[in-house]
Amino acid sequence: MLLYDTVISARDAVRAKDISAVELTRAALARIEEQDQLLGAFNSKDSARALIQAKAVDDGERTGPLAGVPIAIKDNICTSWGTTTCSSKMLENFRAPYDATVVRALEDAGAVIVGKTNLDEFAMGSSTENSAFKITRNPWDQKRVPGGSSGGSAAAVAASRCCGALGSDTGGSIRQPASFCGLVGMKPTYGRVSRYGLVAFASSLDQIGPMAWTVGDCAQVLNVISGHDRKDSTSVRDAAPDYIANLEKPIDRLRIGVVKEFQAIAGVDPQVKSAIDAAIKKYQSLGAEIVEVSLPHTDYGIAAYYIIAPCEASSNLARYDGVHFGHRTSEQVNDIVELFSKSRAEGFGPEVQRRIMIGTYALSSGYYDAYYNRALQIRTLIRRDFDEAFRQCDVILSPTSPTPAFKAGEKTADPLQMYLVDVFTVTCNIAGIPGISVPCGFTSGANPLPIGMQLLGPVFSEEKLLRVARMFEATTDFHKRRPVMDIQASVE
Amino acid sequence: MPERVVQSYRVLVGMEIHVQLATKSKMFTGCANAAPNFGAEPNSLVDEQVLGLPGTLPVMNKKAVEYSIQVGLALGCQIAKHSKWDRKSYYYPDLPKNYQISQYDLPLCGEGSFELTLEDGSTKTIRIRRAHLEEDAGKLLHDAPGGFKIDHSILDLNRAGTPLLEIVTEPDFETPEQVRAFGQELQRLVQFLGVSEGQMQMGHMRFEPNINVHITDGDGKVHKTAITEIKNLNSFSVLERATAYEIQRQIHEWIETGSLGQKATYGWDESSGATFFQRPKEKEQDYRYFPDPDLVPVDVDEAWLSELKNQVGELPATRRKRYMTALGLSEAEAAALANDRATGDFYEKALRHGSSAKRVANLLLSHGRRLCNEKDCTLSELGILPERVAEIASLIDQNKIAASAAGAVFDKLMEEDAPPDDIAKALGLLQVSDTGAIDAAIEAAIAANPKAVADFKGGKQAALGSLTGAVMKSAKGLNPKLVQERLRAKLSS
Repeated sequence: MLLYDTVISARDAVRAKDISAVELTRAALARIEEQDQLLGAFNSKDSARALIQAKAVDDGERTGPLAGVPIAIKDNICTSWGTTTCSSKMLENFRAPYDATVVRALEDAGAVIVGKTNLDEFAMGSSTENSAFKITRNPWDQKRVPGGSSGGSAAAVAASRCCGALGSDTGGSIRQPASFCGLVGMKPTYGRVSRYGLVAFASSLDQIGPMAWTVGDCAQVLNVISGHDRKDSTSVRDAAPDYIANLEKPIDRLRIGVVKEFQAIAGVDPQVKSAIDAAIKKYQSLGAEIVEVSLPHTDYGIAAYYIIAPCEASSNLARYDGVHFGHRTSEQVNDIVELFSKSRAEGFGPEVQRRIMIGTYALSSGYYDAYYNRALQIRTLIRRDFDEAFRQCDVILSPTSPTPAFKAGEKTADPLQMYLVDVFTVTCNIAGIPGISVPCGFTSGANPLPIGMQLLGPVFSEEKLLRVARMFEATTDFHKRRPVMDIQASVE
Repeated sequence: MPERVVQSYRVLVGMEIHVQLATKSKMFTGCANAAPNFGAEPNSLVDEQVLGLPGTLPVMNKKAVEYSIQVGLALGCQIAKHSKWDRKSYYYPDLPKNYQISQYDLPLCGEGSFELTLEDGSTKTIRIRRAHLEEDAGKLLHDAPGGFKIDHSILDLNRAGTPLLEIVTEPDFETPEQVRAFGQELQRLVQFLGVSEGQMQMGHMRFEPNINVHITDGDGKVHKTAITEIKNLNSFSVLERATAYEIQRQIHEWIETGSLGQKATYGWDESSGATFFQRPKEKEQDYRYFPDPDLVPVDVDEAWLSELKNQVGELPATRRKRYMTALGLSEAEAAALANDRATGDFYEKALRHGSSAKRVANLLLSHGRRLCNEKDCTLSELGILPERVAEIASLIDQNKIAASAAGAVFDKLMEEDAPPDDIAKALGLLQVSDTGAIDAAIEAAIAANPKAVADFKGGKQAALGSLTGAVMKSAKGLNPKLVQERLRAKLSS
């Protein structure tokens, strides 16, 4: 374990000179170097660069609210150094000539970026098993997946290779792996954080957010990465509030919504259910009122998501054609169309190809109205559902995922089974609202697995969501548990 | 085989016109625009957004939207209060993202109608279907620069992302001449508005006429040929010739074979002076349009629109008409003054000083134009104030200087600004209009030329000329008009 493994403790320790940024960074890099082979959290790192950045903090040249804190970046977020692969063969050697806006923001705040983390190819998946390079293991049980698509970021923090990480969330890709790995993970309101430099999967759903051990850590990172960006037309103009200032202040007369339709969802693990019930009781004991709310179009969420996201993906991924950049087939081709199809067939994995085909089909003339337009109509209805629900409550509480981390290989044979893992998380992206996953329990047994609860709020309610999450965290100890890791021994 | 007789035919031509807008930066990024940088080093006007690199996002160029709305207003189009951006998908190497950001069902400019003035002075209404804004594609080249053969294709992406306004008309053109007239009027319009340089040879404007013919045969039966589109015509002459050729080709195909042809795309081959078949258009290509999620819709409010209307102001055609009807200028004069906004504005500023419209126009088109040619600049750049031109006109109208003296005053004004009255005085150009002095000179001339006086009185009108010449010679700067008037009166008394 790192001596200081949370964002705020590391920042404060560096600030107080209890440890130097170089020492902290060296420890993080050593853990990546020596122990990440089997965990598979990282795709790449630049140790020399990280150490230079850390030394600059120690020398007082780099300051800020994250000065000296080791942070990992999901490998679909562009950095002007190293590669940005999206865990795809297509971009295996892609070097972006620019930093994503969030990367700039982190480094301007003094953070030390230690490396880039594994993901499901182009962020399409819920287990990080779709990476073209390697699978990532769950630090709590190496036979299990860390969740996805930000599984590398989740595992990196949980296995103490950094204090915090950035993920991206299109249908639950931050919250679900956070819940699988015992972390706090937040998807901000659509437009709160700039998408510039995030390799697009589904542009109207994608959002970058923080993953870390505590609510405070996430609030701190969110403080740094939020705000308007002229380079992203969909980023909101209003200034972001300070998410730290009132974090410890509980919400008065808090009303927590429990969704009627969620009770009917099949396949929810009984241990998850009881952890959620306990969390509800905890909030009641803190003075919250529990109200039942209705989201009548919940059933259509997954269907709408698996139309909208592939449609946008089919268009966003059209540029990978072997002509300008990315993988190009080395086989002989007779014409340009063959160059396109061979390069794409070789460069994209099966899940990415599946979604491109679904999206291309759904956008085709004659099908557009039946699929894409219908999905957009459902999107409107889902937004309305949330608007209505948030008239009656401040936040909505649910499991983040129906189950704790599942075993590697368990769901890979059946894509539809894998899609259902997102049942509690996708509507949040469809509606553009913020959501956070917070540790709320562990399964029983020899290898206890973390359980996460999800809190959803209206657009731009991040400050309140974080405070509600903090109320729970402040009176529980789930966020203090760490996986016992002996990777060499536990992997057969 | 029945003989096919053409009793009459009706030509229907519509046009798609692509206009590259001369904004500083490209449509969706701050990268320098290719339109005003013609001939730049290949692939020098690119950035990560133009290249479509992963993670990049488009940001709308507001100026391009404003330029488009101005053209829309000039074409009498309805300006959409709400419009949006769509992705048009097709795979081609000159399109880095393999989709083009365009506008599908909600274009910036909707239906409109435009009064086209034809050569004989009559007007014809051309209905506009729509005008939408999009990004241009790059160029895929199959020869190396200089025409050298290569075994692969090369790309120049300078043009990629250039703001491109696509104007679509209804099939209202009936002759190739009308098509050409519209193209030229549109060029004048975009140049007048300052939204495009409109240089055909630089590809700033590209025309695509779509053509078909309704043929009435000997029995009065109507045969409609299939619509063909001629791609990428970039000179007015070619536009007119290609349209004319294609009309005849369709008619002759019907006469010779009875075939009405098929919906197809044609090209123009300059060397043979003929259109040639490119590909059929039986099946509309599926572009899988959908709203671009990276961009926000464009909402045009009243305040913005009225500001743009003000910027458009009076259009060249309206101005020309007004100059002819209200100011009495000839068609050539009106065109010369109205087609360029700065020239027209200069002219009108001069008129505000209350001198004869015709006189001011004459001065500008003679001396003004001469100086502009000498200095290779526009009227407003000469440095001569509009009111000075008005003052010169007044001096001539009041007979204070001769019309022929105006050139000298203009030349002097180029050196320094001063009231033309003073300049004329200093140069000794002021005419003597003092009747006492004139009468004295007349008396002297009559006394000195008794033969001429006798001739005139005997009925020889020509004698008046030699007498006038004698008067004018006797003193400098006499007002010739007054001299002649008073001389005639004297001799007739």
